[in-house]
Amino acid sequence: MSELTRETIVLNMGPHHPSTHGVLRLMVELEGELIIRTEPVIGYLHTGFEKEMETRTYHQNIVFPPRIEYLATMIEEHAYVLAVEKLLGIRAPRRAEVIRIILGELSRIASHLVWLGTSAIDVNVSSMLMYCFNDRERIMDLFEQVSGQRMMHGYMRIGGLQWDLPEGFPERVRAVTDDLPGRLDEYERLLSDNLIWRERTEGIAVLTPEDVVRYGCTGPVGRGSGLNYDVRKAFPYGGYEEYDFEVPLGRTGDAYARYLVRMEEMRQSCRIIRQALERLEPGPVIVDDRKVALPPRRELVRSMEAVIHQFKLVSEGIHPPAGEVYAAVESPRGEKGYYVVSDGSNRPSRVRVRSASFNNLQALPVMVFRNYVADVVVAIASIDIVLGDVDR
Amino acid sequence: MEPRLDDLARGLRGLAEEEVRFRDELTLLVPRERIVEALSRAREQGFLLLTDLTALDRHPEELRFEVVYLLTAPAPPSRLRLKTRASGDDPVVPSAVDVYPGANWLEREVFDMFGIRFDGHPDLKRILMPDDWEGHPLRKDFPLVEEPVHFLGHVPKPPGQIIPRTSPRRP
Repeated sequence: MSELTRETIVLNMGPHHPSTHGVLRLMVELEGELIIRTEPVIGYLHTGFEKEMETRTYHQNIVFPPRIEYLATMIEEHAYVLAVEKLLGIRAPRRAEVIRIILGELSRIASHLVWLGTSAIDVNVSSMLMYCFNDRERIMDLFEQVSGQRMMHGYMRIGGLQWDLPEGFPERVRAVTDDLPGRLDEYERLLSDNLIWRERTEGIAVLTPEDVVRYGCTGPVGRGSGLNYDVRKAFPYGGYEEYDFEVPLGRTGDAYARYLVRMEEMRQSCRIIRQALERLEPGPVIVDDRKVALPPRRELVRSMEAVIHQFKLVSEGIHPPAGEVYAAVESPRGEKGYYVVSDGSNRPSRVRVRSASFNNLQALPVMVFRNYVADVVVAIASIDIVLGDVDR
Repeated sequence: MEPRLDDLARGLRGLAEEEVRFRDELTLLVPRERIVEALSRAREQGFLLLTDLTALDRHPEELRFEVVYLLTAPAPPSRLRLKTRASGDDPVVPSAVDVYPGANWLEREVFDMFGIRFDGHPDLKRILMPDDWEGHPLRKDFPLVEEPVHFLGHVPKPPGQIIPRTSPRRP
């Protein structure tokens, strides 16, 4: 009889399962209903972005970052251009920095809304998805107005932005950020008072502060367990040091704490955007360095030098000095960094994408240990992984 | 540069062979035998997070591979980069899993992409590429090729031929 009770079952989850939010496969070993071992199998979405980026010029590489993490596209582009700007030793003009922050925070809200909708549907609160995607669509519309694309924008440039904002854009952003906090309150009432949501998330997928540090978890996963680490505060980039916002921390380290952290982060993002809109003053949106940015169109008809610069930038690209830099941003999933190594030529000799989802997913086996199988779904949702970012 | 990082650099200087500062970032090159010691000493000094672990291929130079450890101290915030080198014929580096458990997957990825083995790693196997894959894609001598377009027989140019690589420039 004891032989029988000690038997374990290995259950395969995924790779094609809606609850894994992409193509993730889990090998789960069960003792009855309890999980005693989990092994995530990743790589189904591996596309070799890092290798591809070694073969293209710095400007051509701007197309890759939004494809790596397709839910927080503007933040991703920001991270890459920051790394190259650091390599060059330049800083984008003030107006460009303010616009980047506005778009970045809108991106964070859009990403958190997708997370909220999809993780609610995982525990069968299906109306959430419709509400959240409705709000997200308003942000996608804003991105489309700015860049022409809903998702793969390619709007940021090394040293600034592709072009200035369209007319009336700040007012439309304000309309969204004025509306959103009220709607977030509604959503929070819908979930925080919901018995099913509370029972499925409270005390589930707990990660202790020690484990967070051991596995290098960042973002809402780290902050949900009380690790006070936000790249925007610790290593401010692109002017974040001027903004007044709080970093919400959780105490319990469970899925519910991560939910509360993300809800508060969205409100803080609205707060940052409102401050940024006040700082939006007319000015250039790209640096005036002809070795980095294309000359303005009107110069091309007058100046031979401008034509040569244009030709060299298009046919060869920029030549940063030899060296290596790491630039990180706070993405909705945690610390997102680009480690760029230059040998002085027109192509990076190595681009490494430090992905937050990769490190956070590594802690999943610890999170779900001795939880039920059904809670694995909640645990995956609470990490908010983007498989494109995990596999790159 | 914050004074704290300099203090730490002084503490680790006995271990480091080389020290590079570029754009306010400090990189210490540590010999392979002492890298675990350097990491655990850095961890004791407050660099609690192993933010990243990756590698560089310096082909055709020898020692060919560089393993890069990016450490972060959450409070007071500072960053430190440690590096160690391994030869091209038999790249082996001691594993950092005992100091930073989060190094597990990161080392598997470096093994997968560069073929660098980590001595003492509990489960060193491929992580992103299929198990039966041959070669290590991020090595410089691993070619990036284009697939022919179906029905047309046309093979697109690899991106490296459209805008060729220029020789490194000195500023």
